[in-house]
Amino acid sequence: MLFDALTLQLGYNAALVALGASALGLAAGVVGAFLYFRKRSLVSDAVSHATLPGLALAFLAMVALGGDGRTLPVLMLGSALSAWIGLLVVSWLTRRTRLREDAAIGAVLSVFFGFGIVLMTVIQSMQSGRQAGLDGFLLGSTAGMLRNDAIVIAIGGVLVLAVVWLLRRPLLLTAFDEGFAEVQGINTHRLDLALMTLVLAVTVVGLKIVGLILIVALLIIPAAAARFWSDNAVRVVLLSGVFGAVSGHVGAALSATAPSLPTGPIIVLVATALFTVSMFFAPGRGVIAGMIRHARMRGRVDGI
Amino acid sequence: MGFEFVALSLPPLVIGVFAAMACALPGNFLLLRRQALIGDAISHVVLPGIVVAFLVTGVIAAIPMMIGAAGAALISVLLIEAVRRYGKVEPGAAMGVVFTAMFAAGVLLLEQSDTSSVHLDVEHALYGNLESLIWLDAVGWASLVDWQALVLLPPELLRMVITFAGIAVLTLLFWRPMALSTFDEGFARSLGLPTGMIGLGIVAMAALAAVAAFDAVGSIIVIAMFICPPATARLMTNRLGHQVVWSLFFAALSAVLGYVLAGYGPLWLGASDSVSAAGMIATVSGLLLGGAALFAPHRQS
Amino acid sequence: MAYEASMTEATLAGSPFVVRGLTVAYDAEAVVQDVDMTVSAGSMTAIIGPNGAGKSTLLKAALGIVRPLAGAARFWDAPLAQSRRRIAYVPQRASVDWDFPTRVIDVVLMGLYQELGLFRRLSARHKQAAMACLERVGMQDFAERQIGQLSGGQQQRVFLARALAQGADLYLLDEPFAGVDAATEAAIIAVLKSLRDEGRTVVAVHHDLSTVAQYFDHVFVINRHRVAEGPVVEAFTQTTLDAAYGGRVRLSD
Repeated sequence: MLFDALTLQLGYNAALVALGASALGLAAGVVGAFLYFRKRSLVSDAVSHATLPGLALAFLAMVALGGDGRTLPVLMLGSALSAWIGLLVVSWLTRRTRLREDAAIGAVLSVFFGFGIVLMTVIQSMQSGRQAGLDGFLLGSTAGMLRNDAIVIAIGGVLVLAVVWLLRRPLLLTAFDEGFAEVQGINTHRLDLALMTLVLAVTVVGLKIVGLILIVALLIIPAAAARFWSDNAVRVVLLSGVFGAVSGHVGAALSATAPSLPTGPIIVLVATALFTVSMFFAPGRGVIAGMIRHARMRGRVDGI
Repeated sequence: MGFEFVALSLPPLVIGVFAAMACALPGNFLLLRRQALIGDAISHVVLPGIVVAFLVTGVIAAIPMMIGAAGAALISVLLIEAVRRYGKVEPGAAMGVVFTAMFAAGVLLLEQSDTSSVHLDVEHALYGNLESLIWLDAVGWASLVDWQALVLLPPELLRMVITFAGIAVLTLLFWRPMALSTFDEGFARSLGLPTGMIGLGIVAMAALAAVAAFDAVGSIIVIAMFICPPATARLMTNRLGHQVVWSLFFAALSAVLGYVLAGYGPLWLGASDSVSAAGMIATVSGLLLGGAALFAPHRQS
Repeated sequence: MAYEASMTEATLAGSPFVVRGLTVAYDAEAVVQDVDMTVSAGSMTAIIGPNGAGKSTLLKAALGIVRPLAGAARFWDAPLAQSRRRIAYVPQRASVDWDFPTRVIDVVLMGLYQELGLFRRLSARHKQAAMACLERVGMQDFAERQIGQLSGGQQQRVFLARALAQGADLYLLDEPFAGVDAATEAAIIAVLKSLRDEGRTVVAVHHDLSTVAQYFDHVFVINRHRVAEGPVVEAFTQTTLDAAYGGRVRLSD
């Protein structure tokens, strides 16, 4: 059954989910690698939590206009807007006050999420039952995924990859050496803004499948895993994309085999397995390789 | 009015205030050590901790759940340190890897196990249930001096007060070494201070606050209180002692304003139901931070 | 080498700071390898060597701030744990967070930690002692300032004042002149020389080879291994510098 799922033979819906998840994983892995190079992985945590108020407000707006409130593109737009505001607040707090980025990230993620929860209780009280669909965005849910949803997700993933392809040279240069990149005439501040926009896009695209609490994992774990295998930035980016895609695909397939296996957490745990293997067994930067080197070193010292 | 307030509003208010202050106190040191997000990580891993505790004991009870949560917090801190040190992964990413993986495992365990009969779900761990912590045996203000009624206060209240008192005593006791090793670790070590233990102790205090508070008020308040009141306080003063006092004030203020706004705000606006107190407390703490970022005397370095 | 042979067991035992067989590795790379060092009492010693030669690491390992792979330091022929009260350490200025919410006077009072412990209350006497230390480095007018508002040179002087407050017999300084103005450099060296004249011992990681002979009476030349040590006239020569810096620097007279 797992084999059937992996090879997309478990029915139309499961195949849609698996393909959507791979596209998402690929995009998240590639973008996450650049985020990792910039040592700003946790900014994605602020972005993802900051989607909640926008998601709820988009729902409220649609209901107020007489809709059923669950049109995915509109919900994505609302999430993107509030996540964008969250990003601006992080950047404003770090530039205009003495607070550092980690504090700004923590403040934005908790406050935006808290405000989102307030709005969720508003929705709960006014339309009991109707908001069942919104809860799914916390932890991801693919059960009721429509063909159109999958297409939106796939297009989003492709767009993200296209922008990364366009910006690949400045992104790689900045990842390698910010000072040098600036001398080369690259506006690193604007490039960072572009990178954050990509992070935001991945987050919003991933809300439906992985959920807003766990989407950061897809932006962080594949990149951290890929970094063990190479010191070459291009290879790390590619490998991170592959790890992300594999996590998305295998995770979605596994989750399709049983109803009690929620998609988001399974995808994250597959990525974690890849990370664990990489951390221990990668040659060069891996833990075991390091232990061997250290033991040799100690042997030399004792031999003196 | 007296009965309603004392029975329905006073206990959650007091619990909220003490939970907020218990988190804000160690939050000051986390903020200055650039570990503000450790609080975020800890409050995420509380979920797998309570799920495992439930699977082991088969009951929803405060003590095993707190032990489970504390164990998970400890494991997460050790794992983050191991990934950072042995994998040479950048600290932020190391934290991200560990807490998302553990949270995912917690959700999976929860879905796999039969918890339909008990009240255990992700939402509860996130938002807590502050509004339900009422004191039905109170008849009015007189109950505050009535021993019979007092022993029937929600147990969360005593737990939160004791937790805050414990953290406050520890902070006062170890104030000098904590301040010294946070400011200048190299110098502190040259004096022979165990800076590694002090750092771990600060994280342990934060974990204690998070574990005691999540059951009553949920993870949202915990994360917000670790960061927002200390950050707001940092913008008010340039002295550590004053910062800590300010942070306690802002934490208590957020809890009171947030609780009142959540309970009565919608009524003032003409709606019939209250909104999440946990969410509103976090929101108020953010608004206070925003105000400080705009107007506080020491907002810029 | 000759100076070692001339050193009697008596001076070794009386030495405030002796390192034997010290090896420190970060990851799998040794940054300090099998280093011996002997500092004579009442001397003023510069630790010099190229970047990455292990100068700071040598001090940090001797003080237990980083864990050595092998070897140890002894102070007045006793282990570190029994000597801490007689040692003052001045870390690199860049190693701390200068945005920390604290005043200049509070930083100097940190130097009294060993006397104050966890509980003893700060008395007027403690504050007077801290103010006296600030006066000695010329920073008394800045006592109430937030440390982030100071210039680099002023921050370094505050660090030195904190070390003075410790009332130690051995002062270990890590690059005390890095990024400071000329006036501060002169003020610091004057304080260090007065410490030496009081019979205390000063050891400083130093970068500027042109001032070694002017400021110090002893040098320790290191490039992961010990290259040379002794009085400036004996150990600070073109030969030892060539050995440490690979012929990239020249001594000018």
